[in-house]
Amino acid sequence: MTAYIIRRLAVAVPTLLILVILSFILMYAAPGGPFNSERPLPPQVLANLEAKYGLDQPFWKRIATYVWSVTTQFDFGPSFKFKDRSVNDIIAQGFPVTLTYGFWSFIVAVVVGVSLGAAAAIRQNSWLDYLAVGISVGAQVLPNFVLGPILIIVFTLWLGILPGGGWNGGQWQYLVMPVIALSTSYMASIARITRSSMLEVLNTNFIRTARAKGLSPARVIWKHALKPTMLPVISYLGPAFVGMITGSVVVDLIFSTGGIGQFFVNSAFSRDYSVIMGITILVGSLTILFNLVVDILYAWIDPKIRY
Amino acid sequence: MTFKAKMMASSAAMIIATSGAAWADGHATHPETGDVLASEQTFTYRDLDESPSIDPGVAEDSAGGDILRDLFEGLMSQDADGNLIPGVATGFEVSDDNLVYTFTLRDNAKWSNGDPVVAGDFEYAWKRAASPELASPYSWYIELMSLENAAAVIAGEMDPSELGVTAIDDATLEVRLTQPLPYFAQMVTHFTTFPVHKATVDAHGSEWTQAGNMVSNGAYKLTEFVPQERMVRERNEMYWDNDNTYIDTVTRLVIPDENVALTRYLAGELDRTAVPTGQFPRLSEEYPDEALSVPTACSYYYTINLTDTGNPALMDPNVRKALSLAIDRDIIVENVLAGGQKPAYTFTHWATAGFETPNIPMASMEQADRNAKAAELMSAAGYDASNPLAIDLIYNTSEGHKSVAIAVSQMWKQTLGVETTLANQEWQTFLETRGNQDYQIARAGWCADYNEASTFLDLMDSDSGYNDAKYINAEVDALLAEAKTADNPQANYDRVEELIAQDTPIIPIYHYASVNMLNDNLVGWPVNNFQQNWYSKDFYKSAE
Repeated sequence: MTAYIIRRLAVAVPTLLILVILSFILMYAAPGGPFNSERPLPPQVLANLEAKYGLDQPFWKRIATYVWSVTTQFDFGPSFKFKDRSVNDIIAQGFPVTLTYGFWSFIVAVVVGVSLGAAAAIRQNSWLDYLAVGISVGAQVLPNFVLGPILIIVFTLWLGILPGGGWNGGQWQYLVMPVIALSTSYMASIARITRSSMLEVLNTNFIRTARAKGLSPARVIWKHALKPTMLPVISYLGPAFVGMITGSVVVDLIFSTGGIGQFFVNSAFSRDYSVIMGITILVGSLTILFNLVVDILYAWIDPKIRY
Repeated sequence: MTFKAKMMASSAAMIIATSGAAWADGHATHPETGDVLASEQTFTYRDLDESPSIDPGVAEDSAGGDILRDLFEGLMSQDADGNLIPGVATGFEVSDDNLVYTFTLRDNAKWSNGDPVVAGDFEYAWKRAASPELASPYSWYIELMSLENAAAVIAGEMDPSELGVTAIDDATLEVRLTQPLPYFAQMVTHFTTFPVHKATVDAHGSEWTQAGNMVSNGAYKLTEFVPQERMVRERNEMYWDNDNTYIDTVTRLVIPDENVALTRYLAGELDRTAVPTGQFPRLSEEYPDEALSVPTACSYYYTINLTDTGNPALMDPNVRKALSLAIDRDIIVENVLAGGQKPAYTFTHWATAGFETPNIPMASMEQADRNAKAAELMSAAGYDASNPLAIDLIYNTSEGHKSVAIAVSQMWKQTLGVETTLANQEWQTFLETRGNQDYQIARAGWCADYNEASTFLDLMDSDSGYNDAKYINAEVDALLAEAKTADNPQANYDRVEELIAQDTPIIPIYHYASVNMLNDNLVGWPVNNFQQNWYSKDFYKSAE
């Protein structure tokens, strides 16, 4: 197992490097640049800016310098758009925010999703099943850019019990709506996967054997059915967890959380090269890491899997 | 008196004393208007996005300007009508040739750490803003001010110390220009010219703008700054006019979604937010005291590519003029935008200071006559229903621009049979396409840098970097050059607008208005300030 983990981590390094180089090339291939605006800058002003941000260097040198400063000093460079801040500042400020609301969203999505899905499967074709499927389909088709503003209208404007947005250091009142908005569709997917997976498991021979042995239904579910049910759920949870803790553009923009999620889109629009790269590397590394965690969990859950 | 009686007497006295204080606090009045002041003097407003920078030398957007006018104070400021009033400078003298300005600084201006604000702080700030080392995207503003050697300093050919600004002594700042600029004094109300505290910059580098590090000289100081979320500015006790400041705390919230911002305004979380596109008629009916539309210093227009890469049919000025005539601007401002905008027949915004909108023939015609004239010009050029003109129109991705483009293309289609192909482009791609003249007709907008007509009309100069139409007219160039030194340039501006209407390198469509919801207890909003330059120190909140 240890050898496997080391091998996987070793492969991660070239994977990240390819990711960096490809993103770098694609990014510069896009038309426009960080210093274009409605009012084009005079050539001399533009030249000063390009010199300051190293855009006057040949392309290969920019990549080399970038990779060098990232790997040796962990320095992602200055933001091209936010001129008082570095990419490290932006990530250091925004990532804890998305990590917080993403983590709670993950907990909510898993607990509610697995319970709904399992309940639906155990009582298949009962009113409970229809209700659970109804809820999860509803949650799936209700996009969060619709759900978010509705939550604000209900909880802030009508009921006046929650602040309409902001972060304020992450107090719980500010967390409630972002967590609901972010977790809903993940919760729906988890419920659906859990339901179909559990239905499959409940029809297998070893469950029939367990029932034939006279085990109580609760014991059959908890002891025998739940673990294999979770296999497909866990393969979904790895990328979902990364998706949640790196935040969501929609949640950040609607609830003004100040999180990192909004930079996925905004930095691309403003051609903030260093921020695009910083976010790409952050998400890339986390994805690689959590895919590994998922594979390790697989081995733990399924005795058939050995590395 | 017994002990108990003493106790009762003293607590009674205390109750009277404290309730007296509360009474006075709740009923304090404004010395000029006599309004009863609210007990909480706070102002909370919404911005669309975080500003790229709040360093006066580096800042580049108008929302950043709003922040900086609270945190810093320039040589001159503006009053509620946009007129010049003293800032750090009590006044200035101009030499006979209009090339040297000498500002006298007040002796009681202080930085938020107690240091006096001296002329050297301005000299340092201006030289810093122009230096290639800082590489400010707004360094061109120093050049726009026509400061001596500005271009050479920005180009790195001269040391910043050669820039035409010198602190003669702590209270006297001398500024040397290369050409007379009638509106120069207006230009020093702009944030790029605000002073900077050198010791703070030296100590913290680019991080000097963070809360806790920043030392500023305005009516407010930065106390909390979480980028992309909130900024809190609190009263600067060191500010020379602190006694006449009422708002204690200004909070800026970043709320990207305008509809969410409106909901939060209606929930009472904000004192000011923008009205979402198209909702002004409804909101002004429901909240007549709060929905506010004021002219703002920008013009919306379509620019026509006049180079070889443009549409050959558009090289004919009559075809361009026909396109301009066929646009029913009243429908666009009243039905499409519906936010108090005004139809534009001139490039210069109607509310620009000292500018009388010249009588462009098209402006006084009825739309039916315009359409008839347009059809006539078009058929004379050889285009009609059987031989329709086909053109491409591009705009940057936005629902607002899309609505205008669709309306315009329909008008062209109905009146002239023109087949318009609409295309939207993502912002950066759009700028590149338009800047490289890789278009036929493109949407454009221009906002005033200062409150004078040349801020618009200079774009029509053959050499202007912003002349995306590549309109070349020697008469326009001469008129604009002459206007720079003329005592009254209005005649020149009239003629330039006439030439624009005649040659139609651009099609002005409307003049912007800024539409906001504003808490009706907040008093002092400068509705007549054309550039919407507001200073929180001029506001107060009246009691309900």
